Amino acid sequence: MAEVLKAPLVVEFPFTRSLGPVQSAFLSGLRERVVLGVRGGDGRVLVPPVEYDPVTSEELDELVEVAPTGTVTTWAWNHEPRRGQPLDRPFAWVLVRLDGAGTGLLHALDAPDGPGSVRTGMRVRVRWAQDRSGAITDIACFEPYEAGEAGTPGEAGEPAPHDGRFADPVTGIVAPARLDYTYSPGRAQSAHLRALAERRVVGERCPSCRKVYVPPRGACPTCGVATSERVEVGPRGTVTTFCIVNIKAAHTANLDIEVPYVYAHIALDGADLALHGRIAGIPYDRVRMGLRVEPVWPDGGGHPDHYRPTGEPDADYETYKELL
Amino acid sequence: MSGATSTATGKEPVAVVGIGQTKHVAARRDVSIAGLVREAARRALDDAELDWPDIDAVVIGKAPDFFEGVMMPELYLADALGAVGKPMLRVHTAGSVGGSTALVATNLVAGRVHGTVLTLAYEKQSESNAMWGLSLPVPFQQPLLAGAGGFFAPHVRAYIRRTGAPGTVGSLVAYKDRRNALKNPYAHLHEHGITLEKVQASPMLWDPIRYSETCPSSDGACAMVLTDRAGAARSPRPPAWLHGGAMRSEPTLFAGKDLVSPQAGKDCAADVYRQAGVADPRRDIDAVEMYVPFSWYEPMWLENLGFAEEGEGWKLTESGVTELDGDLPVNMSGGVLSTNPIGASGMIRFAEAALQVRGQAGEHQVDGARRALGHAYGGGSQFFSMWLVGAAPPAS
Repeated sequence: MAEVLKAPLVVEFPFTRSLGPVQSAFLSGLRERVVLGVRGGDGRVLVPPVEYDPVTSEELDELVEVAPTGTVTTWAWNHEPRRGQPLDRPFAWVLVRLDGAGTGLLHALDAPDGPGSVRTGMRVRVRWAQDRSGAITDIACFEPYEAGEAGTPGEAGEPAPHDGRFADPVTGIVAPARLDYTYSPGRAQSAHLRALAERRVVGERCPSCRKVYVPPRGACPTCGVATSERVEVGPRGTVTTFCIVNIKAAHTANLDIEVPYVYAHIALDGADLALHGRIAGIPYDRVRMGLRVEPVWPDGGGHPDHYRPTGEPDADYETYKELL
Repeated sequence: MSGATSTATGKEPVAVVGIGQTKHVAARRDVSIAGLVREAARRALDDAELDWPDIDAVVIGKAPDFFEGVMMPELYLADALGAVGKPMLRVHTAGSVGGSTALVATNLVAGRVHGTVLTLAYEKQSESNAMWGLSLPVPFQQPLLAGAGGFFAPHVRAYIRRTGAPGTVGSLVAYKDRRNALKNPYAHLHEHGITLEKVQASPMLWDPIRYSETCPSSDGACAMVLTDRAGAARSPRPPAWLHGGAMRSEPTLFAGKDLVSPQAGKDCAADVYRQAGVADPRRDIDAVEMYVPFSWYEPMWLENLGFAEEGEGWKLTESGVTELDGDLPVNMSGGVLSTNPIGASGMIRFAEAALQVRGQAGEHQVDGARRALGHAYGGGSQFFSMWLVGAAPPAS
């Protein structure tokens, strides 16, 4: 079997988050080196604070300030930090119950002496980031805190009430997301792409309904059976329908295409459904349903850059109306 | 025939006793996603005069995770929706998800799995970019060159070619829906001073679709409380009763697909009408909330849903039948054209249909509406969900 193509696919986007009152107070507090929690209906102090009581579902707004010191309640060693993690050398992921809090905060513990130096019950304290913007990363990480070794959780006494007000509060954050994949288009499309490199358009015929799919998918979406019989189609075809694009979408802005342009559905001769492509080589306002077109190949092979009129008479509506 | 729902199938009758929406806007920067859904849920509970402990299960829906970048938001929203210690389900069916979410919740009551279910759908489009979410750059594939409008515009051209509809029909729909929205305090777009001339003069984005014939991008949530016969008996306000509900799917693209009038849509409507004992939808249904993200989809769905013969849908629009004071009002709320928090848009259609038969639609109420259809579609016209609700309980 011929080789199946593969390529890296990185999906990333800077999502934004509106914080609402509770998270706004929490992150504004971190910026000012204050750790806030919220008191739940059962009296427990939840850190980080949440907007709704996990037990009663009631809205929560009784903010309190807890200590920047606490106790590790459990941990796991991270041998190989990845991109975007709090530290670039091996560290421990820890749940820390800050003094005054009733729940654990997940963060990183800087433990330069290795996993042998980490234990449940050890005392730690916040190491504040140099530059703070109102984000969880304002806590750079936790670090061992020898001086408080003898202490017990809550030794600081009752956490102090806090009104949650800060000058110039943080109301939103950017939460960039990034996913790294290895993408493979599969057997059928790999074969299709290899044929395109030779300026041939090859689809696959369903053994059951006999319909020809271009590009091929390796299976028929209506019959649910594998397809393998290769069929060369086109390269000429008929414009079945189209639209005239007058605005650049964000993802086409970096493509070198001037608006307006025509985005068309093209039924290649021998194919049983239309594929999508751009029409050029004719004024945009003269493109019409039934126009006969052929691909214009880019240098070096690959997908047609666009399609242009062949000069043949237009196809009769009856010949392509089932492909609309 | 009209008793099919409860008698022939042995299903529990299902009633809508609470409806809540947020005021839909371009950006709700004052609340988190949790705060947004909470607002709609609280309003639905208040409408039903119920509280969190009265709810047995929660069913939520939203558009794909990429649209906001929150993986499995149902986990994070359990507290805000009072789901702790209760079953919580999430439904995924692209743009139709608000409708199918309501139907999954409905079936839990109809099947007597739960007595009272909270269902909710939402989208906070301002936190992301749906256009980006719909067009990830997949290696080896040619980019879709035209965005969502560009995907649907060629189908609109095909509809016009097939039916000979005059080019102005799309602008009539947009003008009607934007005027209807002025009567709906929850609608996103309130274009005071809208005129037909303004719609027709708006820029052509994806010819034949003009700017004013496209939906906005909204932040919003919609919630409903669904309950059984006993719950309905305790309802402080008139319930809306389910007379029929169905979902259908088909592949996005396949040889023989009719993108103007998809078979799955026809089959879905036929199933709903059979359950509800509707012989002639044009005569038997008083009002319709259908999913029209681009104005031309009104005449297209009028045909797909059986309100007009094939090729005749545009004539209903052109003759004013679908106006608020027409014989078959469509999108009394202003529709998706005026409000589009994607994941919630389908549920808003269902909820607005229920508001009509409860007589609680306020200024956009259709006088004497007894039976109303809510409709949603999604993906590349591949997912369909619909329900028909009535002022009277289904015959039993």
